[in-house]
Amino acid sequence: MEHVRPAIVLLALFTLLTGIAYPLAVTGIGQTLFADKADGSLIRDGERVVGSRLIGQSFTGPAYFWPRPSAAGDGYDAAASSGSNLGPTSAALVEQVTARTGQLREAGVTGPVPADLATASASGLDPHISPAAAAVQVARVAAARGLGEAQVAALVREHTQQPLLGLFGAPAVHVLDLNLALDRLTRQ
Amino acid sequence: MEPFPSSPALWTGLAQIVVFAGLIVLLARPVGGYLARVYAGERTLLSPVLAPLETGFYALAGVRPDRDMGWKSYALAVLMFSAASTALLYAILRFQHLLPLNPQGFGGLAPDLAFNTAVSFVTNTNWQSYGGETTMGHFAQMAGLTVQNFASAAVGMALALAFIRAFARQNASGIGNFWADLTRGVLYVLLPLSVLAAVAFIAMGVPQTLAASVEATGVEGGSQTIALGPVASQLAIKMLGTNGGGFFNANSAHPFENPTNLSNLLQMLLIFVIGAGLTNTFGRMVGDTRQGWAILAAMGVLFVAGAVLLLVIESGANPALVAAGIDPALGNMEGKEVRFGIGASTLFATITTAASCGAVNAMHDSFLPLGGMIPLVNILLGEIIVGGVGAGLYGFLLFIVVAVFLAGLMVGRTPEYLGKKISAREVKLTLLAILCVPLAVLGFLALAAVSPDGLKGVQDAGPHGFTEMLYAVASAAGNNGSAFAGLTANSPFWNTGLAIAMLVGRFAMIVPMLAVAGALAAKPKVPESAGTFPTHGPLFVGLMVGVILIVGGLTFFPALALGPIAEHAAMLAGQTF
Repeated sequence: MEHVRPAIVLLALFTLLTGIAYPLAVTGIGQTLFADKADGSLIRDGERVVGSRLIGQSFTGPAYFWPRPSAAGDGYDAAASSGSNLGPTSAALVEQVTARTGQLREAGVTGPVPADLATASASGLDPHISPAAAAVQVARVAAARGLGEAQVAALVREHTQQPLLGLFGAPAVHVLDLNLALDRLTRQ
Repeated sequence: MEPFPSSPALWTGLAQIVVFAGLIVLLARPVGGYLARVYAGERTLLSPVLAPLETGFYALAGVRPDRDMGWKSYALAVLMFSAASTALLYAILRFQHLLPLNPQGFGGLAPDLAFNTAVSFVTNTNWQSYGGETTMGHFAQMAGLTVQNFASAAVGMALALAFIRAFARQNASGIGNFWADLTRGVLYVLLPLSVLAAVAFIAMGVPQTLAASVEATGVEGGSQTIALGPVASQLAIKMLGTNGGGFFNANSAHPFENPTNLSNLLQMLLIFVIGAGLTNTFGRMVGDTRQGWAILAAMGVLFVAGAVLLLVIESGANPALVAAGIDPALGNMEGKEVRFGIGASTLFATITTAASCGAVNAMHDSFLPLGGMIPLVNILLGEIIVGGVGAGLYGFLLFIVVAVFLAGLMVGRTPEYLGKKISAREVKLTLLAILCVPLAVLGFLALAAVSPDGLKGVQDAGPHGFTEMLYAVASAAGNNGSAFAGLTANSPFWNTGLAIAMLVGRFAMIVPMLAVAGALAAKPKVPESAGTFPTHGPLFVGLMVGVILIVGGLTFFPALALGPIAEHAAMLAGQTF
């Protein structure tokens, strides 16, 4: 029974220290030094919050680059992140992918479909697509906006990030940034 | 498998494994030295600030930190602290609707879910039957889950130190003071590193706010509710303590919980850093650092083998999806994030399962059949490839007892390790500790596979559904916490069963392990002789790798054949379910 007091007292002290003081102190430091990031890297257009720079959102119009299919809620539900978790021999997965490649074909994509554009991401909120997935959409977006394909392709390159140190991660195109840049370009 | 493909992504994928392993080797020595000083009660850089706090904690708790405990007392203290932790966390989860800081107004958790979650976080498993952003208020995340992220990790580290002392000491009646080990782990190791890591994560974009969510109106006019919260503070200790329980449902795949490849690299390093450092602490404390490096080398062989295999497998494509029109060039992208690609996704998956962390940045359920088998095998081998903080080292030391016993049988000598004669009692207790996990895994799996309540939660048909169940029980009993998340585990059957598996995997292993520690600490050290088997060279590393693979393989091969291996054959035959 000698252990009862230390067990209860230390648990209470750890709760105060690591459960209350630690997160509140980190919140204070974060809100002081990196307020914008601590609040979720929000993008604003005047009063309106357009989204978060880190979180993917849905685009369906032909004039925008489309993001990846999403299994979060009804799609890009940023309050219910999720992957499909479908296994590789799942008939449902094959059906879904077949339907998506079919839709992309109707939208003018020819040749093999870049894998990321027809598969659901892990979070359902993936803000990126691969350079290949952007490339197959350039012609459609350029036509819908009356822009030159070279101009749109250049904008894609501008919004492509490379792997960390050339090693960690894969090349990725930021869909929201790219689409906002397109809107700015068309507005001018 | 196809001949080795030659895509550039594959070569960078291999290079990142080498660079990552190199970074861990570089970190092991300084971290190991720091841990050795902390647990010996020596002064460190942080003592001017933390020593008064430490003394105050001991005074309030009535602890005399220099009073050694025998193994029974140490075990009782661990059990008492874990029981109190489970009770408090269970209460917080059940009654979160009555507690402050619950801006979303979430209700209290159902009894089976609260029990499962409390056990899950106290056993350092962090299996999650719930989705974070749809279930947990801020108070439950902070004062409930985060506290156990610290405490359960510090318990694991304390147990490792106790076991190390058993080899370092001779003719000793005690193996350390649990309360001092626990307090020092939290104050000097986990807390300062977590503060640094949390601030770094915020600088990389991870949110840290008490707001619950923000309403956005997207570019095309659709509305989007973006869940927020104190993410960074929970994330830092989730990785450092190899806990793995995500703030969000998608865990470290969520762009808020892992925004960039820099945050991803930091997370991977945090998972391994303490576990790798403890091998060095071990070497220092037994007076021969080569012994620590030999352990890290054996872990390294198994780790690199798994990482390379998983990278190569997932760089391939699912033939059924290629037939549906997909370009195989990018690899298997279902359930993976573009910014991580195949390389950083598969490396993370290997690390998180080797280390009993369980955080995920890709959905293991959607890996190719043999790809999903790699994380599964990492877990089934006993969570000793670096392993959970502390738990990895004591698990590995138990395997060493088995290995030197086998080596002793082969040459007909009494087995010994570091001058300690290993007698029949220690071998029996070790086998008891090692066999409780397979017993929990295979026993509960068999029950689930014939029970309607067990099968109800399975999402995928065919062999993949079996693998979903196998992964869940392995993850629970191995105290890992990652999932083939297609399984809906939030039912009384799975919540209760998995909670029992987690308890067996943690405590049924700890108690015999401490008994072995007590017996070894009491023994004298016999001097080395010409017949002593050297335990710091390549032969020993090879023996360890062999023993681990043979014990794990013989135990689990039949289950793997029914799951991932059968599914691989079905995939090649073009069959879907």
